Amino acid sequence: MNGLDQVFVRLCHWFAGLFPASVQPLIACIVAITAIMVVFASCFALTTIVERKVLGRMQNRFGPNRVGPWGLLQPLADGLKMLTKEDIVPYSADKTVHFLAPLALTVPIWLAFAVLPFGRNMTAVNFNSGVLFFFAVGSASELAVFMAGWSSQNKYSLIGAMRAIAQMISYEVPLVLSTVPVLMLAGSLSLNDIVAAQGTYTIGGLARWNVFTPWGLAGLLLFLIAATAESNRSPFDLPEGESEIIAGFLTEYSGFKYALFFLGEYLGLFAITGLAVTLFLGGWHAPFQWLEWVPSWLWFAAKFGALIFLFIWVRATLPRLRLDQLLNFSWRFMVPLCLINLLVAVAWYWSGAWKSVVAMPVRWLLCAALIALPYHWLGRALRSASQSPRKYIYAE
Amino acid sequence: MLNEIAFLLCASIILAGAVGAMMLRNLVHCALCAAGAFAGLAAIYLQLNAEFAGFAQLLVYVGAVAILIVFTILLTRSTELQPGAVHHSSSWWMGLLVGGLVLACLVGSIMSSPSLVRLPSQPASAPVKGIGEQLMSQYIMPLETIGLLLTSALLGAVVIAVREPEKSDPPAR
Amino acid sequence: MHGVGIIKGMIETARNFAGSYTDPERLITVQYPEEKLPPVENARTIPFLVYDGVDAMAGLRCTACMICEKECPPQCIYIVKDQVKKPDFVGKLQVQPKVFDIDISVCMSCGICVEVCPFDAIKMDQVFELSTNDRFGGLLVDKTQLAKPNEYFVKLHKTEASEIDARREEEKQKAEAAAAAKAAAPKPTPAPAPAKPPAQAPAAATPPTPQTPAQPTAAPAPAK
Repeated sequence: MNGLDQVFVRLCHWFAGLFPASVQPLIACIVAITAIMVVFASCFALTTIVERKVLGRMQNRFGPNRVGPWGLLQPLADGLKMLTKEDIVPYSADKTVHFLAPLALTVPIWLAFAVLPFGRNMTAVNFNSGVLFFFAVGSASELAVFMAGWSSQNKYSLIGAMRAIAQMISYEVPLVLSTVPVLMLAGSLSLNDIVAAQGTYTIGGLARWNVFTPWGLAGLLLFLIAATAESNRSPFDLPEGESEIIAGFLTEYSGFKYALFFLGEYLGLFAITGLAVTLFLGGWHAPFQWLEWVPSWLWFAAKFGALIFLFIWVRATLPRLRLDQLLNFSWRFMVPLCLINLLVAVAWYWSGAWKSVVAMPVRWLLCAALIALPYHWLGRALRSASQSPRKYIYAE
Repeated sequence: MLNEIAFLLCASIILAGAVGAMMLRNLVHCALCAAGAFAGLAAIYLQLNAEFAGFAQLLVYVGAVAILIVFTILLTRSTELQPGAVHHSSSWWMGLLVGGLVLACLVGSIMSSPSLVRLPSQPASAPVKGIGEQLMSQYIMPLETIGLLLTSALLGAVVIAVREPEKSDPPAR
Repeated sequence: MHGVGIIKGMIETARNFAGSYTDPERLITVQYPEEKLPPVENARTIPFLVYDGVDAMAGLRCTACMICEKECPPQCIYIVKDQVKKPDFVGKLQVQPKVFDIDISVCMSCGICVEVCPFDAIKMDQVFELSTNDRFGGLLVDKTQLAKPNEYFVKLHKTEASEIDARREEEKQKAEAAAAAKAAAPKPTPAPAPAKPPAQAPAAATPPTPQTPAQPTAAPAPAK
């Protein structure tokens, strides 16, 4: 049904049409910005309660269920609490930097939503190098972590901030490298082009999403692991684990500033999930051709929700990684695998020229073996490296 | 008109950031002002329609170089957390002289450049595809050289980092 | 194979998630205060005073002997004897407490008052919803708040309560029999009194000695 699919685009056009022609682009921009902010802020509120309830159910308990029916008004209660809490700034803290850090975190992440295609014709800004823009603003928010940690003049904050930055920089490399096969095979950095390249359907009706290829599956897994680390989520939440370092770089933040950090973290998660959906899961395309009547933004939302559930599921399952385990995993396991994934993608591309009925399974097996064997060997190497006897260094 | 306003805005951000990076007493404040100057530079690139250069500037400078600078400050000056005393050099006139000379050279070359009077035939566009093709065909040698340089720098850093704990390692019990 | 453990863990949590909607064993939360966990028999929090019958103050077993007040380690029991006496379960006039306060913010639930009480008058209760917003007097419970019927004690500790009830019933029977015998034999001679077996001694000794109320309960025990 084309009507429902383009309903938001038409609403935007109608609203912009109410204004004189010279300001119409500006009005359209403002409408898009408002829509994104409203949708993702309410998504943030919903995710906090859904996460707590799902985590609870996975841990054999109810989540919060006192505030509203099924606890649905809990985000409201949390928001009120955060807003009315006293904003404590330490006496010796650097006031300007302490104030600017939550802003420096949240503003670039809001920018990242501008390039995501939420549906057919529903991208706010269509850059030619959209993916590069996304990673650029993602890395700009890392400086805010340092600002937060340093300005608090607190040893815990500083150590937590250093650890957080080390983790985020280490995992930026696999994050970007795992998207390179997608860019290579789509031939463009623009997110709309990448989604369009996944829009064709095979004979069986299944869509040609990137995740249905060996390199796409491996790429998606690597991307999701790196995304979990970039958002400081469990099992990579060493920077903010309470039993590790009080609250890391968030120690000296209370009230609304803490709420802003929380918001920034979840928004970063949403942005990266949106990118994963766009790059690997076919964006707003339906999985089967006969399902195309469902609106495109609904497909995006469904895939988005599924990935968020996956993140919550992983959080409920895995214990926290130690810093050296974390860094080993990134540099010794994920980066080599990402580089090998590139080769697999190239092999897939070249073997796409095979013209035979049995070509598809053979290609699949070959490329899957090409990535599974290094995965197995690297896994063995990682395990033996981490279980060698510890070397103790005593202080003199 | 809008272009001029945008340019003035970005230029003032860069200048403010650069002046702050020079003159602030607190080292970390200086580093953050430098990061702000980098971001302003990225804005200038974007204003000139050089998308790739602008986003790469953000990714590399603000996302990596600024963090490198603050890490360096932290790891080397962590003992003195209070802002250092203001040092007034006795030969400040020499600095002024050198700065003035550099400014004169720059202004002279810009003013005598023919591109000031000749309008470009069409606005320059640098699509990512074009940049990629040029890098892989015409500028392949500089690309590989830079890659070699970066690899050697990385190896050198690893060698230095690996050697240090052995020197300062206390004798094992 | 690297990563198998993670998959197994995720299957387990998925089972928890799905099972929490269908399987009651997978969702073990007790939603207090709507649902409460069944109390354990040995649980004890603060003491309570047992009374027999319907009227709390008339049936109170406590005779203000002051033993529990003396033995309480944090000294949280405050007893004031009453001048007016009341009859106890065998019909004898007994001292009763005018004031029996326990400061439950001080009480440490040791149960010593229960161990030393000769009359089974004070027992440990299992209530824990004791919080109040009156910081200064709200946690000083008095005689009327502490008194709870014997049926409640039976509900808490059935075997102990039935033993105590049986014993008291027996003494009551004995006291009634002795009172009936006394009413039937109006002139008891002092000579036969020492010659009689000690089991009958309490029946003769009880009326002239009201200041030793411990004897009726203490004497049958060695005689058994």
